[in-house]
Amino acid sequence: MMRFWPLGLFLALVGFLYVGLFRDPHEIPSPLIGKPAPGFNLPTLQDPAQKVSREALLGHVYMVNVWASWCVSCRDEHPLLVEFAKQHPMEIYGLDYKDTRPEAMAWLGQLGNPYQAALFDADGRVGIDFGVYGVPESFVVDKKGVIRYKQIGPFTPEALNNTLLPLLQKLNSET
Amino acid sequence: MIPEIGNLALVLCLILSLVQIVVPIAGAQRGNAAWMAMARPTARAQFFLVALAFACLVFSMLTSDFSVKYVAMTSSRLLPIQYKVAAVWGGHEGSILLWLLMLTFWMTAVSVFSKALPEAMVARVLGVMGFVSLGFLLFILLTSNPFERLIPAALDGQDLNPLLQDPGMVAHPPMLYMGYVGFSVAFAFAIAALIGGDLDAAWARWSRPWTTVAWTFLTIGICLGSAWAYYTLGWGGWWFWDPVENASFMPWLMGTALMHSLAVTEKRGGFKVWTVLLAIFAFSLSLLGTFLVRSGVLTSVHAFASDPRRGVFILIFLVVVIGGSLGLFAWRAPKVGLGGKFKLVSRESMLLGNNVLFAAAAGSVLLGTLYPLFLDALGLGKISVGPPYFDTVFVPLMAPALFLMGVGPITRWKEASLPELRVRLQWAAGVSVLAGLAITAIKGNFSVFVAFGLALAAWIVITAGVNLWGRVRPVPGNTVSLTKRLGSQSRSYYGMLFAHLGVAAFVIGITMVKGYEVERDVQMDLGDTVAIGPYTFRFNGVTEGMGPNYRYQRGSVDVLSNGQVTRTMSPEKRTYLVQKNPMTNAAIDTGLVRDLYVSLGESVGPTSWTVRVYYKPFIDWIWMGCLMMAFGGVLAISDSRYRIEQRKAARSVLVSDASLVGAVGGGAVK
Repeated sequence: MMRFWPLGLFLALVGFLYVGLFRDPHEIPSPLIGKPAPGFNLPTLQDPAQKVSREALLGHVYMVNVWASWCVSCRDEHPLLVEFAKQHPMEIYGLDYKDTRPEAMAWLGQLGNPYQAALFDADGRVGIDFGVYGVPESFVVDKKGVIRYKQIGPFTPEALNNTLLPLLQKLNSET
Repeated sequence: MIPEIGNLALVLCLILSLVQIVVPIAGAQRGNAAWMAMARPTARAQFFLVALAFACLVFSMLTSDFSVKYVAMTSSRLLPIQYKVAAVWGGHEGSILLWLLMLTFWMTAVSVFSKALPEAMVARVLGVMGFVSLGFLLFILLTSNPFERLIPAALDGQDLNPLLQDPGMVAHPPMLYMGYVGFSVAFAFAIAALIGGDLDAAWARWSRPWTTVAWTFLTIGICLGSAWAYYTLGWGGWWFWDPVENASFMPWLMGTALMHSLAVTEKRGGFKVWTVLLAIFAFSLSLLGTFLVRSGVLTSVHAFASDPRRGVFILIFLVVVIGGSLGLFAWRAPKVGLGGKFKLVSRESMLLGNNVLFAAAAGSVLLGTLYPLFLDALGLGKISVGPPYFDTVFVPLMAPALFLMGVGPITRWKEASLPELRVRLQWAAGVSVLAGLAITAIKGNFSVFVAFGLALAAWIVITAGVNLWGRVRPVPGNTVSLTKRLGSQSRSYYGMLFAHLGVAAFVIGITMVKGYEVERDVQMDLGDTVAIGPYTFRFNGVTEGMGPNYRYQRGSVDVLSNGQVTRTMSPEKRTYLVQKNPMTNAAIDTGLVRDLYVSLGESVGPTSWTVRVYYKPFIDWIWMGCLMMAFGGVLAISDSRYRIEQRKAARSVLVSDASLVGAVGGGAVK
């Protein structure tokens, strides 16, 4: 019976490989999904005196988009967000991660501003609370302040229209 | 027009591959000589057609024909010419075409160097290889056609991945694929022998040189890839246990086991079942490696293509080829027989130990590589398996293999005496342990790991010396001079010694780097210095400029010893114009006993940068060791017995032709 071992092991391996084919190795589930968004109270980019906090946004459905002027793939994502925000009424808060004010302001001036407000996270502490490990990342937060979705890497037009839009409609209809 | 010619060549080749599978194998089963004779010309014609297709793709690259989708995706106008050629295998479609080119090249090589083989064997071997060729042709034509058009044509291409714009990367894939695909020959021999039912020593003798050549290419290919990672990734690492590296390493481990197993099968007729299985495994792991890299099943920097359709195709192909051959093995194995008997202490058992260790090592690399996938498929969560696992598993498996490497070649075949071995090797063992301890003691900081590694390396070197001396030492009554006796040893013997010494060099390299490397990650402003041992590094700032298709920031770092500037190193950071991602080009000062390695990090102020500085003792011995192993392979295949066989074969063909002429013409030729 020894001679059937190699074949048997191989066929078991094939089963695993087949299942593996339809899984995305890049997909890493965020432990934050389904949990309350971490607390924050940050000044906006334009006006250091004005602050936005998690508590102030309770009752809103909004998205936190982590970006930075030094981030190359944010440059690809940004025009899509500008366009999306124009077409669909939604609240996007930019989280300007480990950046400088002049560079970030110049960036928004040049590429457009899709944000309700851009929050300035100079030392990246809020980003760390959100578990950001690459920029851009985006988090959708529901009316109760709970994270419902995380986008790793830049949004694509498909992700915006097929994933984000239905999700926003669903969350807006929740009470 | 040109791309369409390439496409047509592949379609014609597909038809030929069908012919090559069916006709010669059927001919071999039925003893039809004319059908069997079809094998050689179809194999050569396949090579011609694939080479034509390949040339078409090269032409499209060189002329920057961006109406070809693949060219638009992997090249650009400003790409320097040598990288335009390399871009042919810089993406998914082209690298599969390169795979196929190599395969048909090996088929042609078999068709040329097989004059001594029985016709039925040649027919079956080429038929099996034709089947592999059919699979890859279908894969290319159905899912990965490099000649697909892009309408309207792109104005400029998306450029070759900057990581691949490097001389090392130009040569790495062809070498690696020559090795991967080369194992298809040993595989085809094994399957042909299983089909034909005669697994004798002759079968092992024919498979051996092919396996050695493939193994040699694979060794060089892996070596180049590792050296490339060392100087372009900017971390000073030379092996990352990345899934793609593992994909090339598994066939290498299995191929190493196969080479040694074939030696036993040829010389002693032993291990037949085992050798056949290893031949199937070695090529299966090459195919599996291709699947892992190309299907995107595992995350990796190398996976530039991720398309489930392709994955499903390769998986089906794997099931047919590997599953089919393992099924054939299960069916035919009982007929193979076990071969000669041997005692517990004998060269056979040492080589068996080597085989088991290498196969287990390949298995553990496979397990580590696929473990994340297993867990994910079972819904048990996402994890990644990294160097700690591989280091923990690998060292305990390789250490006994290194020990056996010293004993095996000295041990007699069939039955050896333990006391005699002890007498011959006790000094070697003692000296090795002392050498390991002494060197670590001189270095100052004692570490068990370093002492152990160096002792093993010394063991290999000393036992190789004992082995050679045992063969050439003056014997009373024998007047042949020492040089003559040295010269009379076969090249394959020297090949073995050389490859084993290469392993020793490799072990010394790893041990010294692991034990004594120094790394400094510092922020430096103009004129700042950092000292490592006897060397002081002084940062002189960064200048900017333009390369052919990239912008660069080039640092200038003086190396001072005893207050004198001995050299200036220029690490670069490059930003390629099309793809924008930054690349690190470390500056390396190479030396026989140490490398100095400087790479530029990030700009952290107007004139200050983070700089990574390494002192890496003996690191080049790692690659030198690999090249010595490869050279050992070259020596082994240049052995005179292969040349004599070729000559004999050529003569026998001449004689048979002459007798044919004689028979037809009725004249007396003899």
